[in-house]
Amino acid sequence: MALQSLDISARSATTTPAPKARKTPELAKLIDISKCIGCKACQVACMEWNDLRDTVNRNVGVYDNPADLSAQSWTVMRFAEVEPAPGKLEWLIRKDGCMHCSDPGCLKSCPAPGAIIRYSNGIVDFHQEHCTGCGYCIIGCPFNIPRISEQDGKAYKCTLCSDRIAVGTEPACAKVCPTGAIVFGTKEDMRLHAAGRVQDLQARGYSQAGVYDPPGLGGTHVMYVLHHADRPGLYSGLPKDPVLSPLVSLWKGVAKTVMNVGLATAVLAAFFHYVSQGPNKEHNEEEVA
Amino acid sequence: MNRERVIRRYSAGERCHHWLLASSFILTGLSGLAFFHPGLYWLSNLFGGGTWARMLHPYFAMVTVLAFLTWFIRIRKDMHITADDRKWATHIPEIMRNRMDNAPATGKYNFGQKMLARTQLLLILLLLITGVIIWQPLFADAFSVDLRRVAVLVHALSAFAAVLSLIVHVYAAIWTSGAISGMLSGRVTSAWAQYHNRLWYEEKMQQARDAAVRPDLGGNTVG
Repeated sequence: MALQSLDISARSATTTPAPKARKTPELAKLIDISKCIGCKACQVACMEWNDLRDTVNRNVGVYDNPADLSAQSWTVMRFAEVEPAPGKLEWLIRKDGCMHCSDPGCLKSCPAPGAIIRYSNGIVDFHQEHCTGCGYCIIGCPFNIPRISEQDGKAYKCTLCSDRIAVGTEPACAKVCPTGAIVFGTKEDMRLHAAGRVQDLQARGYSQAGVYDPPGLGGTHVMYVLHHADRPGLYSGLPKDPVLSPLVSLWKGVAKTVMNVGLATAVLAAFFHYVSQGPNKEHNEEEVA
Repeated sequence: MNRERVIRRYSAGERCHHWLLASSFILTGLSGLAFFHPGLYWLSNLFGGGTWARMLHPYFAMVTVLAFLTWFIRIRKDMHITADDRKWATHIPEIMRNRMDNAPATGKYNFGQKMLARTQLLLILLLLITGVIIWQPLFADAFSVDLRRVAVLVHALSAFAAVLSLIVHVYAAIWTSGAISGMLSGRVTSAWAQYHNRLWYEEKMQQARDAAVRPDLGGNTVG
């Protein structure tokens, strides 16, 4: 939730242009998983800045804490012990949270006008005062990110610190990261930076190192540097080549148009049927045998 | 002077039942259409805003489901498709042009009404199942996101078909003079019954004649 903006590139459930008098450069957060040490400073910074306090829960036997995203936990470190090659254990730690897709499934699915906004800088933001709590954003999201609050029935997720970015500073998680695994800047700069990191990793033996910026969603405004970009699933099930579900595209695409036209046609057809054929009325009195 | 005779088509209980169903169906439909397309979101204002519409919709729906299923049980004996009904179906193009004379006589309901009610039964069940799967916050979280994607699509498609079926039903009632007053007062004229539902009319007449001979059989429905 941010201040009024004039740089909106898309607005949920809105069929007319959004206010877009201003245009800002596309921004991105780059999370370099090869540099992450799993300290969770980003989680703490997120809680601090956004003033979120999740309920203290049970330890589920792994380092993931809390165990999942929630309306009060907008980012979670996911720890995966994997053997990408036999006998070669790796501890892959991925900071999970909203990816800020260029083609956001949440925004496409949302039926409430203005509850989900995509700014021209690429941030996808929820405006909870318009949210009805229907949960369609969860249905549309290819990364399973939004969570509905049990307290107020509204959907919440990472804002990419849109309120901080609006005043020219970086997201709280990027500011606090002690190893520089999280960096923030224009998408162009971040891609350049990522390319350098990928080159370095490849030189160090990670031949499949690469950037995660899925083209199926038009790219994202949170990107990862992965040592095993060919197998994103190693990183706690990061989807390979994600796209919007064809069911969601059908639901919000051609089906809606066809159905709207269908209903309008039915009403018109009924009206003109009556006008042209007249009422269906018995012509005679009862014939008594 | 032949006083116009009337036949009771619906009892007071049936009329109340029908109009309860009609009201809950319309409330469910209007609150649901608000989420169907942005152009219809204003309908949520009828219910106090988007959040209220979202919260109320499934409860309206539960009333509709109960009212519909009990209604269908009530009319099920008149829902069987007969050989005459199939013949009637072949006359639909001319019936639509208001030429009923060659169509076979029908019972209490014609083929179109039977098919509509049976389709609505199917749609109501589909809407119920898919609606529960996407019902926030009560049940949705218990189902996988993949299943919810299927459910939300099927829900929208069946809702479309259900609204279409309501348009057909309401229009058919408007088109057929006397049908709406029949459902409001419970009474239709014997000429109406003879014209639209001859087999049912004859059955009623037979009942009346039987009652005249054997008053103990009751059947005091013609007068």
